[in-house]
Formats: sequence, C-alpha cells, structure tokens
Amino acid sequence: MMRIAKHVLYDILRNRFVIFYTLFLLTITFSLFSLDSDAGKASLSLLNIILLVVPLVSIIFTTIHFFNSYEFIELLLAQPINRSVIFFSEFTAVALALSVAYLVGVGIPLFFIFPDASSFFMLLAGLLLTWVFVSLAFFASVSTRDKAKGIGIALLFWFYFSLIYDGFLLYIIYSFSDYPLEKVTLLLASLNPIDLARISILLKLDISALMGYTGAFYKAFFGTYLGLFYSFGMLLVWTIVPLFFARRKFLTKDI
Amino acid sequence: MISIRSLNKKFGKLCVLDRVSVEFQSTKSYAIIGPNGSGKTTLIKCLLGMVLPDSGEIDVNGETIFKHWNYRRNIGYMPQIGHYPDQMKIGKLFEMMSDLRSDSSAIDGELIQEFKLHQIMHKRMHSLSGGTRQKVSGALAFLFNPSILILDEPTAGLDPIAVEVLKSKIQAEKAKGKLFLITSHILSDLDELSSDVLYLEEGHVLYNNSIQQLKDETGEVKLGRAIAAVMKNNLVKV
Repeated sequence: MMRIAKHVLYDILRNRFVIFYTLFLLTITFSLFSLDSDAGKASLSLLNIILLVVPLVSIIFTTIHFFNSYEFIELLLAQPINRSVIFFSEFTAVALALSVAYLVGVGIPLFFIFPDASSFFMLLAGLLLTWVFVSLAFFASVSTRDKAKGIGIALLFWFYFSLIYDGFLLYIIYSFSDYPLEKVTLLLASLNPIDLARISILLKLDISALMGYTGAFYKAFFGTYLGLFYSFGMLLVWTIVPLFFARRKFLTKDI
Repeated sequence: MISIRSLNKKFGKLCVLDRVSVEFQSTKSYAIIGPNGSGKTTLIKCLLGMVLPDSGEIDVNGETIFKHWNYRRNIGYMPQIGHYPDQMKIGKLFEMMSDLRSDSSAIDGELIQEFKLHQIMHKRMHSLSGGTRQKVSGALAFLFNPSILILDEPTAGLDPIAVEVLKSKIQAEKAKGKLFLITSHILSDLDELSSDVLYLEEGHVLYNNSIQQLKDETGEVKLGRAIAAVMKNNLVKV
C-alpha cells in the first residue's frame, strides 16, 4: 500500500498547492500572535480561522485531487492491485500531505510562541478535523462521476457543518427552550465535527463566557478531560464512518 | 483460458450486455467486433474488473475473478483511449509501473525500443499526441510479458509504421501461445491477426466461431465481406 501512496504523494507535492497551504497557515499563525499581545486571545482568533479554513481546504483539495487522479486509478485497476489498497493509498497520501502541512503551518509557530497544553489540543483537534473532512471528501467524490457535482457535494458538506448546522441548532434550542435540552444539545453537538473540535478546544482554553450553552453543559457533564476524550473519540468516528461508506461504494463502482 | 457465463450488465435502463456466454481458449486469438455501443469495451472492462456485472460469472484460468485481483498479473491491457496522469513523464510512468509490479521479473521492453519511446522519456503525458499515447499504452500492455493480452482498438490512431510494428509484435507473441482479444473496426487488420471471431450486437453474441468457418459459411474470402453477410442475414449462431 505504501508503494502506491508514495506515488500519489509525489503527485500531490508536484502541484505545489500543499506548500502554499503550509505557507498560508504559517503566515496566519505568526501574524495573529504578533498582532495580539495576549496569547490567549490570539489563539482564540486562530481557533476561529482554523475551524473555517482547515475543513474547507481539506474537503475541496481532496475532492479535486480525487477527480484528477481518475486516470491514475484507471491505470492501477488494470494491474493486479486490490481496489481497497488503491482506495486506502489515496486516502493515506492525501491525509498525510494535508496533516503535515497543518502541523508545520500551525504547529511550528505555536511551539515557539505559545507552548501550552491548549495549543497542543488545538493542534490535535485541527489534525482530526483534517482527517474528518478528507474522509467526507472521499465520500462526496465516489458518489458521483461528475467533477462539478462532486465538488458541489463537498462544498455542501462544508456549508452544512460550518454554517447551516449551527443555525439549525440555535433554532432548536430557542424553540424548545422550555424543556430540559442539555442532553439533547450534547447529542446534537456530537453530530457536527466542527462543533466537537470547537468545544474541545474551548474546554481547554477555559474561556467559559465564550463556550456558550452547549460548551458550559459539556464541561459540567464530562469535566474537562473526559470531555476532551469524548470529543476526540467522536472525531475519529467521524473519520471512520464516511470512509467506510466511501470504500464500500468505491469497491463496486464502474470505472 | 477465459470463460464467461451468462453475463448481464445494465447502465441505468440501457442493457449493455445481455446473457453473454463465451469461452476464450489459450493460444487462440479472438477478434471482437460489432457496431459502436455493442458492448465490446464493457465486456473487456468486465474481464478486467473495472466494470462489475449485474450477474453472471467470469473465470480466468479456472478461477473466478470476482473479489480477486491477482489474476490480472496474467493480463496485459491496452485501452481504447489511454488515460494517464497528465504531469507524469513517460520515463516516470514506466518506472512507476515497474515499481508497482516488482513481482514481475520478465520485462519485455521490445515495443519501447521499436516505438522509439526511449528517445522521448522526458516528455510529459499531457504533451503527447493521441498516437504516441497509443504507443505508450501498447508498450505497457506487453511490458510484463502477460499470457493474456486484451487490446481495445490497438491500431486506431497509430501511424502506418507503428501499426506494422504492433502487428508483427502481436504475431510474434501469438506464436508463443498467448491468448489475444482484439477489438477493432479495421477488419483487414483482424483478418491478419486473429483466428476466431466474436460478433456482438446490442449486448448479444450474434456469432462466435473461427474465421475460416465464417468465410466458408458465407462463401466470402475477406472477413469484411463475411461480416457484412452476417449482418445482412442476421445469421444467429451462438
């Protein structure tokens, strides 16, 4: 598997996008910390950017990459290679490239400027978020043959999880505010990987005023460490489940 | 040996292969012919596991191909339109394929030399003409010395010299007892290269027998005319 992943990785590095992404993250992280003297506030701004940019870049890049590697996949399929191996090689290579870009772009500045436990968890949450959205992108890509449609579905995932879902959550909380909603919101937050990442970092940053309703309850319910453990576990589930369905679809797809 | 039993495949409502049952025997060379859209390429893609049939069975050398991939080490495939990663150089492509097939020791680079591909190893795939791409596809199909060769319109787009190179390569490999499946619309080529003919129309097998038999039955000397006679009389013989 690694042999194929190596060739895919080589192809990804050739088109330089991942390098631009790394530089972009480096610039953002450095400039946020140099603009704000309070490192806590700066990492909060960084959090908001990460929660927006990382899922978007991961899902769009992966989808475009998948459609561009159709020829490569076609070539491999005529060889004595298992489809599953092709699929996981593609996933590994893309996830690895984006993870390294993220770790270098955000991790290195954080390590020098703000080496703190909260920085570590921010790094971890962003990493898991990368995997979740790469996995969702694979799901979007195998569900259609049309590139434009595939990118459309991928974008829809992003819109849904970063914008629409929160609106939906607020609406529920307002409409049913007369009822005890704590456990329901807990469940609902678990259904959105971006929320999970946000809450886990806010728990660690300990800014209760910004945690909002769900966050506050989250902390009361789990306590900091169990909460972190739970949300990182859920993010892993969010990686594995779409990947599982994407693989199943890929195995029976006509190329 | 390849044996296909009642293979069905639908794309949406369109029935591309309808209860296709054929046997391809080693050492023979089969011409698969039929009008555009008659299911030739789909049949080939089913053999390669690229398209999964709705029902039916395919065995290669006595073993089912479904959920298996190892059988493909015996197959060389030259696609109708070769799709390759755009940014890849020709040299890198051959290097990569050899790397992925490191199990295979018997490398046959004859066509690379004959097509003079070794002189343009630094060119990127997207800059190649259609004919040069075909040459790359052809060279790749023969590269690992497979015992079964599936060539989908091998001569389309090739210049006359390359066509002759490819034909003599096919003749040479045929003499070694390899199984060939060749689709083409150029019947004179097939007349030279193949011993048997499989005629497909709208997913049905309309004719499956040796070319000599077909010529005797129709009383024609050329394959083209014999096939025309089959089409005219709609001679159903499976």
